Amino acid sequence: MGASFVPITVFTVLWGVVGIVCPFFAPKGPNRGIIQVVLMLTAATCWLFWLCAYMAQMNPLIGPRLSNETLIWIARTWGKPYA
Amino acid sequence: MGSLFRSEEMTLCQLFLQSEAAYACVSELGELGLVQFRDLNPDVNAFQRKFVNEVRRCDEMERKLRYLEKEIRRDGIPMLEIPGECPEAPQPREMIDLEATFEKLENELREVNQNAEALKRNYLELTELKHILRKTQVFFDEMADPSREEEQVTLLGEEGLMAGGQALKLGFVAGVILRERIPAFERMLWRACRGNVFLRQAEIDTPLEDPSSSDQVYKSVFIIFFQGDQLKTRVKKICEGFRATLYPCPEAPADRREMAMGVMTRIEDLNTVLGQTQDHRHRVLVAAAKNIKNWFVKVRKIKAIYHTLNLFNLDVTQKCLIAECWVPALDMETIQLALRRGTERSGSSVPPILNRMETLEDPPTYNRNNKFTIAFQNLIYAYGVATYREVNPAPYTIITFPFLFAVMFGDLGHGALMAAFGFWMCYKEKPLQAKKIDSEIWNIFFGGRYIILLMGLFSMYTGLIYNDIFSKSLNIFGSSWQNNYNKTFLAENKLLQLNPDSEDYLQVPYPFGIDPVWQLAEANKIIFMNAYKMKISIIIGVFHMLFGVCLSLWNHIYFKRRISIYVEFIPQIIFLTLLFFYMVLLMFIKWVSYGATPGHFGEEDYVKTSSFCAPSILITFINMMLFKTDENTRPKCDPTMFAGQIGLQKFFVIVALLCVPVMLFGKPYFIMQERKKRALQGQQPLAETAENGTAGGAPVPASHHHDEDISEVFIHQAIHTIEYVLGSISHTASYLRLWALSLAHAQLAEVAWNMLLRKGLMSGGYEGGVFLYVVFAGWAAISISILVLMEGLSAFLHTLRLHWVEFQSKFYAGEGYLFQPFSFEVILDSAGQGEE
Repeated sequence: MGASFVPITVFTVLWGVVGIVCPFFAPKGPNRGIIQVVLMLTAATCWLFWLCAYMAQMNPLIGPRLSNETLIWIARTWGKPYA
Repeated sequence: MGSLFRSEEMTLCQLFLQSEAAYACVSELGELGLVQFRDLNPDVNAFQRKFVNEVRRCDEMERKLRYLEKEIRRDGIPMLEIPGECPEAPQPREMIDLEATFEKLENELREVNQNAEALKRNYLELTELKHILRKTQVFFDEMADPSREEEQVTLLGEEGLMAGGQALKLGFVAGVILRERIPAFERMLWRACRGNVFLRQAEIDTPLEDPSSSDQVYKSVFIIFFQGDQLKTRVKKICEGFRATLYPCPEAPADRREMAMGVMTRIEDLNTVLGQTQDHRHRVLVAAAKNIKNWFVKVRKIKAIYHTLNLFNLDVTQKCLIAECWVPALDMETIQLALRRGTERSGSSVPPILNRMETLEDPPTYNRNNKFTIAFQNLIYAYGVATYREVNPAPYTIITFPFLFAVMFGDLGHGALMAAFGFWMCYKEKPLQAKKIDSEIWNIFFGGRYIILLMGLFSMYTGLIYNDIFSKSLNIFGSSWQNNYNKTFLAENKLLQLNPDSEDYLQVPYPFGIDPVWQLAEANKIIFMNAYKMKISIIIGVFHMLFGVCLSLWNHIYFKRRISIYVEFIPQIIFLTLLFFYMVLLMFIKWVSYGATPGHFGEEDYVKTSSFCAPSILITFINMMLFKTDENTRPKCDPTMFAGQIGLQKFFVIVALLCVPVMLFGKPYFIMQERKKRALQGQQPLAETAENGTAGGAPVPASHHHDEDISEVFIHQAIHTIEYVLGSISHTASYLRLWALSLAHAQLAEVAWNMLLRKGLMSGGYEGGVFLYVVFAGWAAISISILVLMEGLSAFLHTLRLHWVEFQSKFYAGEGYLFQPFSFEVILDSAGQGEE
């Protein structure tokens, strides 16, 4: 199970605040309802989209197929130089 | 205040206006723009109405104003327009003043123009004469040249010269002709006079102004020599035919000189007079330009008021006008106030009466939009105007539209460009609006500025998640993949695959979006991205459709269609959930339950949950529908994803299929039941009212439903059911366009990068810089024109389709008609656009 606690919490809380907490503080007026819907839908769509990207990679079934030059570059610049 | 979720409640009102107060009251209502009048004399044609005369007078005034405007434009005088200042509709008695003013102005202008034209014609004649005198001088000089005498002798012969006992006298005519007519003129002369005339011509260098069309034309001076009267008449006829103007030209040089002097002085005089005339015209026009926009507004307002008054009925005593109008129920107060203001202004003592009326008619649909929501509302209206008080999809579209667009358009770079353009239009909103740019394409963009801004912002977000910026990726949080091969292995193998079932993968995904390594994996990036994007397309699609079906519940509750909830909404949602939402769940289950087990990489015991045993969701789903169980061909793998899957799936499919007859026969059955009951009781039962009831106090068109034949009900319901059942399959598949467009966009961006910018970036040296400069221009042009504009347009259209068809078909009838209030603002706007 390749889930990690921190990112899931951070992004869920972030979009939760936008979609659940913020609507309570929407300014009063004729547009209050619209602002609430906008906030909730934004949070829902963005969270779902992030979640899908995260879960699709939790347990990858295939690994990236790279050319050796790219791998050498990755090893040098992304840390973990090869032996 | 009303909200955007449903259209406003409307009431039909009857309005009684005192004849003398009617004008002022309607004017106030026009300023308000909240009342839609109905035509009460539809059978009376336009010429027989009461205020035809006034409308005609307004038309006449408008014509005069347009004439004035045209003249002002011709002189290039700027027309003042004070923004934010709009004159009120003037009192009827002011109309006479206005008419008099316009009449005076028009006459003055016409007179001035006539004078100016006469003067110009005169001036033209004099200038032409001046040129003739100047140019022909050369010809005469040549003739007088003694050295040519000999030539003349040889040409005409002895007897010719001595004919009549004295030196032969040649006659001549001089004139001016359009330059392009010269060749034809010459040929004609030669043929008609058999070569017996002699034509000399010289071009006038400066163009002359044609007074009738005020074009600049080039002309030539000519002089024709000939002998005898017969030729003279012939030549003159030809000149006439070619529209040449002939001028008298004295033969003696002294006379000519004198004439030239006279012409010069006359030209001078004419010039001063002409200048004064022009000055006068200019003064008149400048004065008019200051007010012309105001006048236009006033006249158009008067005209609109009389048009509206023409819709009213006259009561028997002729003292009072009766109008019928649709009014938003919430604005009754405001309208009453406006009417009171109107009465006060007209000085009438009897207040107008506003009466609510009961009606069976469907009221118009009116949504109170602001400048932000109107663009989204228009997208919905383009499909169909909502039925009265139906759920309005526009508030949800504000977010779902840009989101679905962004799923297809996901690219941080392109999204940023789009968002920047949208932001600029929103930021410069007022100045841009004031400019009144009259290009259709610009107006489309500007009208959709908030949509563009939101689409750009959402594209930036989805671009970040796709980790795609101009087909490159950002490594913000550190990739989850690493290299574990050593130097020699790397040197020997060209293509190497990282194994997720090993230390290559950190076993914790990249926290935000797609791992940057995939953008580098040119060999199998598409395989991974396709699997991911297809799944999210279906997930998003199913959620979108479920949302649409839930909105239909809200409609049923609001219209109190209780039976529809039981036999339409509930089976619909069960059908969709058990089949398609279940498929979505399978995707999540697959994501969670198949993969590497840390600490036991590649061990036999864990093969059942490894990627080796991961099933295909599509095959699973197809098998589920066909009640088939595929034996898993791979050794050691389970045929199912979880225990009891086969039984559960069978149950789901059977329940979902059972929903179909409920949808098909439920409603007709209940309607039949109701009818039987009513026939027994001989009165209208309660549930029937609920069945076709409209809420909000509007009475029900009671006879409507009963007359419908039961077979028609069946057919209607059958179409509805088939549409829904087949629709949910095809609509789910239709959401795959999210994947297809997104794939196409990513691929095009990559091709643009690899084919152009990459070549430029790889070139070295001094020339390389120049090359890069050129290549960058090409890449930027393609990025903007194809990837942002064209791809953006296609993604926009696909998003529109997903909303109109896949989303709205679940709950939206769209059979209403739009509320079109009588509003000066709208009338002036459309009139202003028409004239430009």
